Amino acid sequence: MAEALNTYKGGADENGHFGLFGGRYVAETLMPLILEVEQAYNACRADPKFAAELQHLNTHYAGRPSPLYFAERLTEHFGGAKLYFKRDELNHTGSHKINNTLGQILVARRMGKTRIIAETGAGQHGVATATVCARFGLQCVVYMGAKDIERQMPNVFRMRMLGAEVRPVEKGNATLKDAMNEALRDWVGNVHDTYYLIGTAAGPHPYPTMVRDFQSIIGEEVRTQLHEAEGRLPDSLVAAVGGGSNAIGLFHPFLDDAGVKMFGVEAAGRGINTGEHAASITGGSPGVLHGNRTYLLQSDSGQIKDAHSISAGLDYPGIGPEHAWLHFQGRVEYVSATDTEALDAFQMCSKLEGILPALEPAHALAYVARVAPKLPKDHIIVMNMCGRGDKDVFTVASALGEKL
Amino acid sequence: MNRTASQIDNSGNRIAERFALLAKHKRPGLVTFITANDPTPAAFMEIFEGLPSVGADLIEIGIPFSDPMADGPSIQASSQRSLKHGTDINDVLTAVSEFRRSEIDTPIILMGYYNPIYHYGNQEFAEGAAKAGVDGVIVVDLPPEEAEELNVHLRANGIHMIFLTAPTSSDERLPTILAQASGFVYYVAIAGITGTASADEGAVKTAVARLRRHTKLPVAVGFGIKTPAQARAISAHADAAVVGSAIVDIIGKAVSADGKVEKGLSVKVLEFVKSLATGVHGAWP
Repeated sequence: MAEALNTYKGGADENGHFGLFGGRYVAETLMPLILEVEQAYNACRADPKFAAELQHLNTHYAGRPSPLYFAERLTEHFGGAKLYFKRDELNHTGSHKINNTLGQILVARRMGKTRIIAETGAGQHGVATATVCARFGLQCVVYMGAKDIERQMPNVFRMRMLGAEVRPVEKGNATLKDAMNEALRDWVGNVHDTYYLIGTAAGPHPYPTMVRDFQSIIGEEVRTQLHEAEGRLPDSLVAAVGGGSNAIGLFHPFLDDAGVKMFGVEAAGRGINTGEHAASITGGSPGVLHGNRTYLLQSDSGQIKDAHSISAGLDYPGIGPEHAWLHFQGRVEYVSATDTEALDAFQMCSKLEGILPALEPAHALAYVARVAPKLPKDHIIVMNMCGRGDKDVFTVASALGEKL
Repeated sequence: MNRTASQIDNSGNRIAERFALLAKHKRPGLVTFITANDPTPAAFMEIFEGLPSVGADLIEIGIPFSDPMADGPSIQASSQRSLKHGTDINDVLTAVSEFRRSEIDTPIILMGYYNPIYHYGNQEFAEGAAKAGVDGVIVVDLPPEEAEELNVHLRANGIHMIFLTAPTSSDERLPTILAQASGFVYYVAIAGITGTASADEGAVKTAVARLRRHTKLPVAVGFGIKTPAQARAISAHADAAVVGSAIVDIIGKAVSADGKVEKGLSVKVLEFVKSLATGVHGAWP
């Protein structure tokens, strides 16, 4: 394990590397465009008007700040740590994804791009992208694995209602990884007018940094809200990680608060030892995919393996490079929860709190359920409730053997 | 603007020698791409070993990857067929060694994506490739900004790292790429993935002239060249034309759903390559 650093918020170097991880591993055709995105983003970052425009949209369109909610009955049920939910499922479109799509659509507009493409797994990012495209009158094409289209039908319909074209991807395992391949192929062929709105904190630089910055509003609000509620910092932060955008958004503002422990919960699918999972850090090794070096699920000969998770949003064989680095540095602990544990957490949360969590944060809650009972009552956990479960009712029903 | 032998920097390996020979004969070269072990290890070897005699001047061998992000449907499918045989880097290097037992002049360039190479180990890969008789390496998703960690080992082993330039590479950017390029420069003729759009002759002419202002290295043009006529038209403005998807398509069509390979496949592929070579070799006035 690496030595402790003075700061964990230094970010990527000029080539987008977080230590060994990150970077820009793309075909030359895309390189100039990626450099252009970086320039445009840096200009936005330095422009107070950009910040003001985004803040206005966050407040009046997305409905931020999202509440920080004391989950009283789950806390009682666990009989240990005090649990708060950051209610990012209450945002417009039902997940944290809108934080990023609002930011990036403003970048794309400043670049003069007229066509937006995106990849989506659970459909939450696709819906959030289709939403901002409708809001700003831009053409929108969403790539989605055929298998995900099947298990996330409500979101597919929402995207279509919002005016987006949803293109099914049949290749590979027909999930998020394959959708990202197709989006990259589309981008290579349409660089002149197209902006690729990546939904997670992965991909080539500057995406991991840009997505993290737009999602950091989650952690920033938590800091203020918990101070108001408890007058102090949290003891633990817990978030689900697929690509890792909601987790990095929650964690990043607290990285230099040494007393705050952080747990990223990967999807263990049918169990890490079965090989059918999506836990890139717990069960993978460093490699290069989709423009960045990070932990990947891969074979002995460096072929990318298909991930498995009941949650379409976590069903990805990689993880954002900043998470890879935070794991390497030992600042964040990466743990996992299985399909079954997530299903149990989904039901428990619905019954005890009246909140249907998406299957993604249900993984985070599954981890909380494992540790909270053993922690003292003055231990404060903040878990990111990053999406609502409406989209998952068919998947959950089928897993429970019920027909809708 | 065509080149003469004296203009080419001959550093003494097969790639430089081959371009010098082409210049001496006043003709452009044909570069052919096939994926290792596609459709089967035996059928691949038959095609591979037959290529020099039908006019392939340089041979690119694809290292298959599960997620070939810059490739269109033809090469994606060829990677999948190859991976069904469990093809890994050791298999690719073994095939090159075998080829080299009977053929020592035709340059061989391995082309692929970074992850299988990185996973194999950059130094081990460079050493193994040199030992097998590989002359150049193209890594599609390794732009000059990230390439040094591999290139340092390739250079140490006398292997050229060949870089792609694209229609989107600006005049400001070209020096960054060309400072690291060796062997030859690969010009990607279309802003898109392999095997989709057709390359535009006029645009290629302008683009190659632009590249020549920045480099003395030979320029090979690929992506979007499908027929002998296109190969001839494009190579009239370059030092070589690269054909991949059109060859790989013939292989793909000869494989049935249950993986059976049509008889006479290698003859069919080699005949097509011969027609490409006839087109290319007559391209210069």
